Amino acid sequence: MIDPTDPGFWPGLFQVLLVGTGETLYMVGVALLLTVLIGLPLGIVLVGTERGGLFEAPFGSIWFGHIVNRVLEFIVNLGRSVPFIILMVALIPFTRLVVGTFIGSTAAIVPLTIVAIPFFARMVEIAIKEVDAGLIEAAESLGATRWQIVAKVLVPESLSTLILGLSTTVTSIINFSAMVGTVAGGGLGSVAVLYGYQRYSTIHMVAVIILIFVIVMILQGLATGLARRFSHRGRPAGTRASVPTAI
Amino acid sequence: MISVKHVSKTFGSGASATTALHDVSLEVARGEIFGVIGQSGAGKSTLIRAINLLERPSAGTVTVDGDELTQLSPDRLRLARRKIGMVFQHFNLLAGRTAQGNVELGLEIIGVGGADRRRRSLEILDLVGLADKAGAYPAELSGGQKQRVGIARALAGNPKILLSDEATSALDPETTRSILDLVKTINVQLGLTVLLITHEMDVVKRVCDSAAMLENGRILEQGSIVSLISTPGSRLAHELFPLGAVPPHAGNTVIEITFSGGSADRPVIAQLARNYGLDVSILGAAVETIGGKQAGRTRLELPGSPVANAAPINDLRGQGLLVEIVGAAAQVEEARA
Repeated sequence: MIDPTDPGFWPGLFQVLLVGTGETLYMVGVALLLTVLIGLPLGIVLVGTERGGLFEAPFGSIWFGHIVNRVLEFIVNLGRSVPFIILMVALIPFTRLVVGTFIGSTAAIVPLTIVAIPFFARMVEIAIKEVDAGLIEAAESLGATRWQIVAKVLVPESLSTLILGLSTTVTSIINFSAMVGTVAGGGLGSVAVLYGYQRYSTIHMVAVIILIFVIVMILQGLATGLARRFSHRGRPAGTRASVPTAI
Repeated sequence: MISVKHVSKTFGSGASATTALHDVSLEVARGEIFGVIGQSGAGKSTLIRAINLLERPSAGTVTVDGDELTQLSPDRLRLARRKIGMVFQHFNLLAGRTAQGNVELGLEIIGVGGADRRRRSLEILDLVGLADKAGAYPAELSGGQKQRVGIARALAGNPKILLSDEATSALDPETTRSILDLVKTINVQLGLTVLLITHEMDVVKRVCDSAAMLENGRILEQGSIVSLISTPGSRLAHELFPLGAVPPHAGNTVIEITFSGGSADRPVIAQLARNYGLDVSILGAAVETIGGKQAGRTRLELPGSPVANAAPINDLRGQGLLVEIVGAAAQVEEARA
């Protein structure tokens, strides 16, 4: 039992929250970076290898494109359907192989990234599919290569939707990072479990909730602002719906 | 400049297959504006997409400026496409780029670097009359302005051919005229060959040197407007100069005279009345300026049967006019001939 009247309580709480927040931001930040690096190309390939897509026939083979599409679909569906708590435990041998241990914030990055990649890849898929096929046609008529179409049309034109998808992804990484805390992953999740749950400190619990809420709100606000900045759809007069706010 | 030979296009396979183009052949001469007119669903879009192989024909060949596109490797085809600019009905501009940015896209793709790219894009925007809108995003532009950006983008890489896919169909009549005038201007100034598709006869009237009529994936007729006008029974000529339904004319003869070039200036009807003492009634007339020349069709009613009017009709024909006898009476004409 922790005693809030103890003179060491508040400095201790501050210290614990500071470390926890730092660990959370570290886990989430690195996981997010890896997620974008892997999930963005994955999402693009996922859309592209569909029938009639940009990469329908990689290396001139429709058959190969179809196989790639099926395999990626399967992996993404698998990653999306396994509950995180199970995935996290099931990944322990893999995490140990990659990081050398399965305890601590660095180790937690592995399951966080692996759960977030399929999630973000779906977001990318949705965003890319929203791009008007006419724009791809226009770029093709100008003699663009497939990669030019990706870099100059697909990604820039879906940027605001991608940013909102990223903000949804980061929110769920934060969510999962707290779950990692329950199995010695560190971060604010650990603080909530070790102090709030196991030692009955309501103050710790409330502080963690407020901190996570603030982090999510800041990221959300940032994403919405950026999305608006990159959307030039002409809000009042445009016939297209304004950018939807991700939750 | 553009030669389409025996092109067919079938979508899907088996029982669900639909054929959009049946053995289509077209010849577009260098420097002309060629219009393909047809109803929606006639296969116009498929046809124009087959020219730059956005839609690969199921059969037949497409040759543009000496390159047989249907034979080229994907890399060579990309290079060939740079000679063919294309504008679209819905503009297809990148929403995230300014007018200038959209024009620069075409230059980026062909690898034109920094300063050159900016200079060239501004030059082209100036040509299409949008120099002052270089920094505007598409959402801030009107339809006509967007299409000007689309044209500028298509022109940036100095193409030899411009394909126009219903470029004016989403625009109001006044804007349509200004865009068509712009197309005509660049056709003349840059010597660009233009192939446009449209469902509006006005577009053909206003800018086209030649035209083809597409129906159910088949070309019904094609040729220069002047030659089409003087072709008896030409559907295109009839639609260029619509005279409406033929009224009942029992006992009398209804003829349609097509004028083109110099014959339009002569007082044909007055001469007819004077020389033959006929009470000529004018049932309808349509006159247009096509390619800078007067052309038109007049529907006249002459008293008496076609046989009785053989002399005046032959006289008109002798003057080089295209005279068609309308309705049931035409059979009499044929029997006589």
